[in-house]
Amino acid sequence: MEWRDAGIVLRVRRHGEAHVVASLLTASHGRQSGLIKGGASRNRRGQLEPGTIGVATWQARLEDQLGSLSFEPLEATAPDLLSDPDRLFALSSACAMLEATASERMPVPELYDATLALLAALRDGAPLEVYVRWELALLSGLGFGLDLGVCAVSGSAEDLQYVSPRTGRAVSAAAAGVYRDRLLPLPEFLRPGRNETPADALMLEQGLTLTGFFLVRHALLPVRQTRPGLPEARTLLLSRLQRLAERGVKEMTLPD
Amino acid sequence: MAGAEIDRLMQIFARLPGLGPRSARRAVLHLLKRRETALDPFLSALTDVRDRVRSCSVCGNLDTCDPCAVCADPRRDPGLLCVVADVDDLWALERTRAFPGRYHVLGGVLSALDGIGPEDLSVAALVKRAAAQEVAEVILALSATVDGQTTAHYVADRLRDCSVRISGLAHGVPIGGELDYLDDGTLSQALRARRPV
Repeated sequence: MEWRDAGIVLRVRRHGEAHVVASLLTASHGRQSGLIKGGASRNRRGQLEPGTIGVATWQARLEDQLGSLSFEPLEATAPDLLSDPDRLFALSSACAMLEATASERMPVPELYDATLALLAALRDGAPLEVYVRWELALLSGLGFGLDLGVCAVSGSAEDLQYVSPRTGRAVSAAAAGVYRDRLLPLPEFLRPGRNETPADALMLEQGLTLTGFFLVRHALLPVRQTRPGLPEARTLLLSRLQRLAERGVKEMTLPD
Repeated sequence: MAGAEIDRLMQIFARLPGLGPRSARRAVLHLLKRRETALDPFLSALTDVRDRVRSCSVCGNLDTCDPCAVCADPRRDPGLLCVVADVDDLWALERTRAFPGRYHVLGGVLSALDGIGPEDLSVAALVKRAAAQEVAEVILALSATVDGQTTAHYVADRLRDCSVRISGLAHGVPIGGELDYLDDGTLSQALRARRPV
């Protein structure tokens, strides 16, 4: 068995002293792990940081074996983000979420493309909204997309302010009525026809709470029976946004 | 081939970093052939280390005294605190003889993917130390990796309420490094961190 495909490094674990087992999200073969011989060497370690994009060749005698990987890095993401905590946390979170939710060896080409777009946007210093939108794409790629376009009750696209935790559909302020306390807030930047004001930390926190709720329910609970919560990286991102929201940071800006 | 005791010793050696079964066999044979000059001093050194070395209650360094020699040295600047991930990083910095301050060993880095969270590191003790009046600057000497820098930002965030200057190590071209052989990430970091000559 052998294939060659484009891939993104999600996670690398030491295997003995010299080798690593890498987990990649590939364009046509889904999430795939493999042994990279010599991957723990000083020269190779930097090339296998989470978020590195490259070309992988996977080989094994049988299809269900771990197999050995060779990975040729083409574009690194991490070096551009090391001095930017928000986007660095977003990168870690994206890799951890993919590692936790994407099924092994099941092709998810749309999710791969969405992740490539996310990495490019993070490198370009795009607002963190892109991360929340990527989590919506992750939900969609896993088959649990949210419907945030129109109100589930009235069918109107006006004044959408909530999301039903049961159906994942948007609800307008008028239709929410007495049930508003049971609904999840829909942050302004995810509403149709939003204005161009960048999302602040509070809105981003609302966005992550919204996507996190559905990711835990649909993607994490069924596969992570022992530790069904969100991965630590995702929790760190959310707690950073919460701290920023408490400090009243209005706009997520790039560092100097 | 060898007795059970020797086999066991070779297996223990083979589990040490940098050693495999062949090098473990050579090391054990070397010790056994030179009892007085190699085995006895080795045994005595191991016993000493086992009995006397402990973790410094102030910084986390390993030493035979507590506080360790670095923390107890009055010539060291108490206003400078260097945060490192592990004891080997502390020893690496000490080898340079370039840092006149004191250290704090975190005990690892946040590894989101491996589930190592803030509560697994000695961040609370660091915040307590940094809040002391005498500390003026905290230097975050953590690896230039996603995990290392995630930890650095997290620690910086936790130290925000302490009135200390927070700095990090520079990233760039190593001494003796030729540009042609450097990876793109290091080069772009070096370019970004350029300075007047």
